[in-house]
Amino acid sequence: MDHTILPQTRRELLSMIGKAGGGVAMYQAMTALGHAAETQFSGPPALAGARKGASVLVLGAGLAGMLAAHELTKAGYKVQVLEFQDRPGGRNYSIRGGDKVVETDGTVQDCNFAPGNYLNPGPWRIPHHHRTLLHYCKALGVELEPFIQLNHNAFVHRTKAFGGKPQRYREVATDFKGHVSELMGKALNAGSLDDKLTKEDKDKLLVAMREWGALDKNMAYTGDLKVASQRGYDRAPGGGVGGAPTPSAVNSLSDTLSSNVWTQMGFFFNYVMQTTMFQPKGGMDMIGKAFFKQVGKLVRLNTRVTAIAQNDQGVSVSWEDTKTGQKGVAAADYCVCTIPATILNQIDIQVGPAMKAALKALPYSNSVKIGLEMKRRFWEEDYSIYGGHSFTDQAISLISYPNNNFFKDGSAVLLGAFAGGAGGYQLAGMTPAQRIEAALVQGSVFHPAEYRKEFASGVAFAWSRAPWIMGCCATWTEESRAAHYQNLCALDGRIVLAGEHASYYGCWMEGALLSSLDAITRLHQRAQAA
Amino acid sequence: MMMNQMLRYGSLAFGVAALAATVALRAQDAPGGGPTAVEVSGEGKEVYEQICQACHMADAKGGGGAGAVIPALAGNPRLADKDYPTVILLKGRGGMPWFSDILTPEQMAAVLTYVRGHFNDYQDPVTVADIERVTTASPPVPDCNCTQ
Ligand SMILES: Cc1cc2nc3c(=O)[nH]c(=O)nc-3n(C[C@H](O)[C@H](O)[C@H](O)COP(=O)(O)OP(=O)(O)OC[C@H]3O[C@@H](n4cnc5c(N)ncnc54)[C@H](O)[C@@H]3O)c2cc1C
Ligand code: HEC
Repeated sequence: MDHTILPQTRRELLSMIGKAGGGVAMYQAMTALGHAAETQFSGPPALAGARKGASVLVLGAGLAGMLAAHELTKAGYKVQVLEFQDRPGGRNYSIRGGDKVVETDGTVQDCNFAPGNYLNPGPWRIPHHHRTLLHYCKALGVELEPFIQLNHNAFVHRTKAFGGKPQRYREVATDFKGHVSELMGKALNAGSLDDKLTKEDKDKLLVAMREWGALDKNMAYTGDLKVASQRGYDRAPGGGVGGAPTPSAVNSLSDTLSSNVWTQMGFFFNYVMQTTMFQPKGGMDMIGKAFFKQVGKLVRLNTRVTAIAQNDQGVSVSWEDTKTGQKGVAAADYCVCTIPATILNQIDIQVGPAMKAALKALPYSNSVKIGLEMKRRFWEEDYSIYGGHSFTDQAISLISYPNNNFFKDGSAVLLGAFAGGAGGYQLAGMTPAQRIEAALVQGSVFHPAEYRKEFASGVAFAWSRAPWIMGCCATWTEESRAAHYQNLCALDGRIVLAGEHASYYGCWMEGALLSSLDAITRLHQRAQAA
Repeated sequence: MMMNQMLRYGSLAFGVAALAATVALRAQDAPGGGPTAVEVSGEGKEVYEQICQACHMADAKGGGGAGAVIPALAGNPRLADKDYPTVILLKGRGGMPWFSDILTPEQMAAVLTYVRGHFNDYQDPVTVADIERVTTASPPVPDCNCTQ
């Protein structure tokens, strides 16, 4: 008999290849099977057989830090985690009633949301191809529900378009598509593109424009019932004798262009923004809490790292208890440091000039998110909007509707702002009360009769004023990546950095996890070789 | 008033368009509404209030704690040399972003003149020529001395 062991399933085959050829061979094999081009994740790392007594200090208990602690413990290392804040999770965070938010100048906000309501001030959505994160959510029992990314019935608003009146995304997107198709048809029929196309492709394209653009038989975008079946009706189809619908009137090309709706249409084409998306039930911090359940006993909270030193014997990390003022030094063989670069740039850390230069060259983006608790779900009850976003060119950038508890009575929390760039700085520079007032003023364009009337309370989170990060996410440019990225990631003696900033998936939880897995895999190899 | 500034809009500034391009490149989680119509004023005081105040605070006294400091810009002896803040504004440093993508040379000159003159007593203005000179010379970014 043939003694070759034939794998039963594709997974077994992959795990055989993984064992024989390592991660790269595995990845190539997976890609060949049409299976994994969407991710570099090939399953949790198979780290095992740490030397007896080998120890690792993990700095920061965000997702990168807690994943490192989780997997290194499984591999047999003795692990300790030091975390500045009084809670685990880092940027994986939800704010609920009873929580306090403290800013860099000492300003305190008390969140007064009703039980069950929350704001996700940081991460809020998970793409379906973030396989690492989804893997650990499943493994750790984090329940996920759909995040409504694309809602055709939500609004787009531009101060200088349509007299400042918000339009339904469905209407302007259909109009944009229709007008562009009509123009394309005209150009094709005029022969303007004959030198670019075969006769056959030209015919196909004409059919495509007619069908895709909802054009009539004369290739015109008119606003007939065919168009209405996409953009909606003035009088909706009904039953019985009065059932006949009337179409809605289309906007002119010029008005449609003024809406800039293509920016939203393009946004939904982004790989990381495509449906299906998810969120954890009950708040994004369910993920951090699930990791904490695994590694909580290893974590010292309220512990600010003040200096990081190393020599050929090991690593020693000075810390200070933020509640008691107690000072101490923790020692271990190795260190995985996930402290954000903004903070690390100011900490006395004994690493080479290349890594220091990388930290110095890595500013963070800014962002403000504002949660507005409303007494009732008027967007559902009065506007038929269930989840999704209404976009605006005001500083708040959008308002976003809750993705859970549809049709329920009682209060719910709207995202009243997700502001970046200049608008984000403007809002961050205000007091929390001023930010909430600005969000009410600006958000009222969408729901003028209800917005203020139903408002109960709010909380405004300015990332540039969060004392443990002073920013949102690492900002790489092509130049800074070329100059510094490898130096940031490379093992420096006994210290390796990990986190969102040490990844090509910046500002995604997936990036924090992938960076962490890569860092501990290299650290383990180094420790085994020592 | 802050509210009025927020609600004042103008044409799409060059800087805003440039920012949108870099945001797209970063592929970070982003609102997705496209560039906003938010316009940054050309006046030094207002640039400070609309941008710098987000971190350095209204009184320019900074914030944070040891090891996570937003340095004070008020009473800051390092600003005596006007090239010092200029290069930091152009290139960023650690948690301090570069602003060459959202502020014009005119706005950078105006805000530095305001910060040095209003929160300190360095009365010689920072000019657009200064910004251009430092941009061209491109000196290395000075190290953080944030605990002093
Ligand atoms: C506004 C916003 C929106 C986002 N949206 C999404 C999204 O929709 N989907 C998504 O997947 N991702 C999103 N992200 C990105 C995601 O939050 C991050 O990529 C991820 O959470 C980073 O994890 P981390 O472990 O690298 O860092 P962190 O979570 O920041 O962990 C670092 C830890 O270090 C601690 N620390 C700091 N200083 C010290 C010190 N001196 N001593 C000890 N500990 C210290 C901090 O308190 C923190 O707990 C968003 C982020 C922001 C800010
Ligand atoms: C996102 C927050 C943020 C914003 C907005 C910001 N800064 Fe800063 N700034 C910082 C941080 C953090 C540092 C310290 C950087 C470090 O660790 O090296 C700093 C440092 C500086 C320094 C160096 C101070 C010193 O003593 O070394 C100057 C000058 C400065 N900022 C000017 C400005 C000006 C002018 C603006 C507005 C145009 C501005 N900053 C906006 C966060 C910010």
